[in-house]
Amino acid sequence: MASSFARVLSSKRKVGILSLVGAGSLTVGFFLNKEQRVNAGAHVRRIYPPSAEYPDLRKHNNCMASHLTPAVYAKLCDKTTPNGYTLDLAIQTGVDNPGHPFIKTVGMVAGDEESYEVFADIFNPVIKERHNGYDPCNMKHPTDLDSSKIRGGQFDEKYVLSSRVRTGRSIRGLSLPPACTRAERREVERVVIDALAGLKGDLTGKYYSLTLMTEQEQQQLIDDHFLFDKPVSPLLTCAGMARDWPDARGIWHNNEKTFLVWVNEEDHTRVISMEKGGNMRRVFERFCKGLQEVERLIQEKGWEFMWNERLGYILTCPSNLGTGLRAGVHVTLPRLSKDPRFPKILDNLRLQKRGTGGVDTAAVGNTFDISNLDRLGQSEVQLVQTVIDGVNYLIECEKKLERGQDIKIPAPISQFK
Amino acid sequence: MTRHLSDLKMNYTAEQEFPDLSQHNNHMAKVLTLEMYANLRDKQTPSGFTVDDVIQTGVDNPGHPFIMTVGCVAGDEETYEVFKDLLDPVIEDRHGGYKPTDKHKTDLNPDNLQGGDDLDPNYVLSSRVRTGRSIRGFCLPPHCSRGERRAIEGLSVEALGALDGDLKGKYYALKDMTEEEQQQLIDDHFLFDKPVSPLLLASGMARDWPDARGIWHNDNKTFLVWVNEEDHLRVISMQKGGNMKEVFNRFCTGLTKIEELFKEKGHEFMWNEHLGYVLTCPSNLGTGLRGGVHVKLPNLSKHEKFGEILKRLRLQKRGTGGVDTAAVGGVFDISNADRLGFSEVELVQMVVDGVKLLVEMEKHLEAGQSIDDLMPEQK
Repeated sequence: MASSFARVLSSKRKVGILSLVGAGSLTVGFFLNKEQRVNAGAHVRRIYPPSAEYPDLRKHNNCMASHLTPAVYAKLCDKTTPNGYTLDLAIQTGVDNPGHPFIKTVGMVAGDEESYEVFADIFNPVIKERHNGYDPCNMKHPTDLDSSKIRGGQFDEKYVLSSRVRTGRSIRGLSLPPACTRAERREVERVVIDALAGLKGDLTGKYYSLTLMTEQEQQQLIDDHFLFDKPVSPLLTCAGMARDWPDARGIWHNNEKTFLVWVNEEDHTRVISMEKGGNMRRVFERFCKGLQEVERLIQEKGWEFMWNERLGYILTCPSNLGTGLRAGVHVTLPRLSKDPRFPKILDNLRLQKRGTGGVDTAAVGNTFDISNLDRLGQSEVQLVQTVIDGVNYLIECEKKLERGQDIKIPAPISQFK
Repeated sequence: MTRHLSDLKMNYTAEQEFPDLSQHNNHMAKVLTLEMYANLRDKQTPSGFTVDDVIQTGVDNPGHPFIMTVGCVAGDEETYEVFKDLLDPVIEDRHGGYKPTDKHKTDLNPDNLQGGDDLDPNYVLSSRVRTGRSIRGFCLPPHCSRGERRAIEGLSVEALGALDGDLKGKYYALKDMTEEEQQQLIDDHFLFDKPVSPLLLASGMARDWPDARGIWHNDNKTFLVWVNEEDHLRVISMQKGGNMKEVFNRFCTGLTKIEELFKEKGHEFMWNEHLGYVLTCPSNLGTGLRGGVHVKLPNLSKHEKFGEILKRLRLQKRGTGGVDTAAVGGVFDISNADRLGFSEVELVQMVVDGVKLLVEMEKHLEAGQSIDDLMPEQK
């Protein structure tokens, strides 16, 4: 009896188990207890209870794993954004990458602007943990791109080799890199390069599409350290950001090579202002001017950036919300870097150090990449001022140690101003 | 009604969504036209697999230096039906002209194999037969949810647990295995790694690794089953030496027994009379069978006609690390080139007969004799 029933099940699969309930067989109940099939429009898919789908996070050490309880999963697993992005898609990267014992990764991404709302129950605690206590439920993020408010910002070039500010921007209405279709990604490219073509003066520049660039152009971009590669980090590839590579990806930069935009890498756009030397003020001025110009140009065509007052600028990774801003310098600190108080000094100044290859690299010689720790909860002006004041303090420490004088650990600066 | 991410592309035209395949050299890229894409893009299998899902791996991987890759995968059994306009020509191209109307014969009766128990162990170091099986009613590795994958593991472990005699064995879940178990499996060359090939990663088969993945093998270490790697099940029979008959015997007996055990629980394998056994990659349809040996052919492999001989025998060579590797020390992995349109018995027969001839040729060349009158006809 059971075996003939099983054959009936296989052949009538498309009809769905629910329609067989009328047969009144006890065996049907057995199947319904374990799983159901749901006929939702064209979709007939085995549906398991959330407990059967909940990922195994016991070996995981990332922000998503710390906060995704079975209860939160059960609450969110059937929801979708208006575009159809799901929780499973958002957390896939964190499930696939348990984490690093030393670095706590975020472990989830947004597929579109609405992800942060629809999946707020998991995004909010992740954001709070990653952004050192910023609570999206009751705090507002300030945006300030008025570079005239900056005080100082010209570093001693005996120590500071280069200065750089980067951020990202997303085009409202188009899905983010984990979820976008090929046509959407091409639309992002079109909208952005159309705007960049409108930049004038010292911002006049050119776009190099990854699919069309010549060998010479490619070599030049490599020599300038501008070219970005297809992502190899599984943190990115597991989130689906590298699909269809290199379609609709490219690099734009101004003729002077001081303002650079990456198109469709980890975000719709990454915007970078940089110069050799210590003129962070000018770097930030160009950064703000360029961003504001691009914003104006896309608005002329009816587009805008993803932004809201709770989370600031919306980007793919929750770690880049708010300002998405990393302002930093390459600075030589041979004595200070060997002082055991160095980490604490950085901490209190709300700065972080990286190797000169960027994140995940070690320092070479005595030159460090020093940048702001925070992204969300302070404005661009505030964060850049923090870097300026902080790096000046570090240089002062270095000079003191050169002169045989002692240095002091500064009082911790307050985080949310 | 729930919107699905796969509906998003319908806001754009087929032309706007069509992938750039200008740098590509795989079966999918050879076949997929804009018109075909336009016709298929609003279709889905009942579980929601779309043409974009089918082709993603082929879009992301333009080509391979040594082999012509397939460039598409199935997310469920119905993929081969719903997207037949794309997959039939891919299958025809990949499987030597196999037509949409052709029928595939399944023969797992090991008694039908002639000989095969006496391949010279001085040359044939090991013999192996592998295939795959999919459990009907469940999505395939590119598309399955964690719940489905775990259910597949549960059913498989249950079925394998009922095997007895020389097939009695044990299951090692990847996520639970101890360091010692892991080392032993590595030493036995049984342990499979998380896929690193972008061909597999781009199709989504490595999601949630190592959840619900594992290895089962019998106590004698001659019959091995991989659970939820590139397919629901990969079944391998192997042993040192040249007794391919014994390997094939065990292979057929084991497979048949496993199938029976599944049926007792109300499950069957994906199979139909046109495509045979249905697996994730179109290259593994039909028998899904690769039967082969590791064989020493240092002289023959340097012969100018080596490639031609293999072609006529319908065999292919690989390095001893498997696909994507080169031969080491004159030892080659020689196996059947075909999968679909020939039965299991027929394919293993080709390997047995072919390898016997290759060894004879090697001996001739060792002795300084010509192999001209040993040249085979095209099979």
